[in-house]
Amino acid sequence: MPTVSMTVNGKPVSGEVEARTLLVQFLRDQLRLTGTHVGCDTSQCGACVVHVDGESAKSCTMLALQVDGAAITTIEGLANGETLHPMQEAFRNNHGLQCGFCTPGMVMSAIDLVKKNPKASETEIREWLEGNICRCTGYHNIVKSIQEAAGNMGG
Amino acid sequence: MHDFNYQKAGSVADAVSALNAADDGTVMAGGMTLLPTLKQRLAAPSDVIDLAGVSGLSGISVSGGVTIGAMTTHAAVSGSTDVKGTIPALADLAEGIGDPQVRNRGTIGGSVANNDPAADYPAACLALGATIKTDRREIAADDFFNGLFETALAEDEIITSVSFPSAEKAAYMKFPNPASRYALVGVFVAKTAAGVRVAVTGAGDSGVFRASSLEQALSSNFSASALDGITVSADDLMSDIHASAEYRAHLITTMAKRAVTAAG
Repeated sequence: MPTVSMTVNGKPVSGEVEARTLLVQFLRDQLRLTGTHVGCDTSQCGACVVHVDGESAKSCTMLALQVDGAAITTIEGLANGETLHPMQEAFRNNHGLQCGFCTPGMVMSAIDLVKKNPKASETEIREWLEGNICRCTGYHNIVKSIQEAAGNMGG
Repeated sequence: MHDFNYQKAGSVADAVSALNAADDGTVMAGGMTLLPTLKQRLAAPSDVIDLAGVSGLSGISVSGGVTIGAMTTHAAVSGSTDVKGTIPALADLAEGIGDPQVRNRGTIGGSVANNDPAADYPAACLALGATIKTDRREIAADDFFNGLFETALAEDEIITSVSFPSAEKAAYMKFPNPASRYALVGVFVAKTAAGVRVAVTGAGDSGVFRASSLEQALSSNFSASALDGITVSADDLMSDIHASAEYRAHLITTMAKRAVTAAG
């Protein structure tokens, strides 16, 4: 089987995978990083969003072999010890989640937005979340969370 | 998904030889259509040849019009000041494809080569009179799109870039399917040195097409009111659970009017 190597949350990792192994399967099944979720498995819902070389991407629609040599960040790589990332903290402060299933993808997607558009308007935030589906919150508190985090991230 | 041999091509020539050597090989650009297709087992290629490592296939250059490398992502096109400055309608179109994560991975070359009947880029290519450059020739958009998922590309031919001539006026208006966000009807109108062209995606039984009745009306008077009372025949339009052919026909004129207004 082919071998794949990449950096995940700052640590070099490698493993044997089938060519058809998806990045999300490699992360969850081989690295046991189960914070990245599989919701729809059809690149609609965004529960599987991670960062690939700093850009948000749906890890259910990428092969592990495609990101050989890349730097991946997952939800597990955000907090600094006990200190949550400002985006995570803002989701907690604003009740930006209910069941929590979509939250890892929401947080990873939102961080990419704030990086690209630190002063995103409410409309821009809602448009950006096109590819992240939440079945609980109605998005209102998620948008509030992202607005608060943008302020705390220096936006 | 059935398993396959995964190969990372080092050059376009490498990719062509890998395709020719494979039993049933396929090229992967961003993978945003190919991977879902493989997951549903709608295709089971023996080899997937990834173009991501080939240098020189991405990037945007301006000279008269805009030339976009085949592996340029939708996000790169939508954020490009060169594209916004030359053909802003093209940047708007790219901004409306899928969602941000799909735009970070999906490419213009992949979209054009796949020729999905509801994809956005084929409408821009046809309306602007783009030229599709491959590893061996240049193909005019008029000769490129040959029906549902069919193109003029040979089995082992690879798109390297797409060139769009600049337009005096242009705009794209899409009525997205609320679930998939693909175009239920998308209309690209362009007024260029070559005249007025109107290309429609999402609606045609044989994929993207030019709406001649709308082009004629707009040629003498490029305004939304010129399209009052102009209809598009529902013959040869798609009819499915999302919309009837008649509904699509009506939407074509409506979206064309909006596009003409947006084009200014």
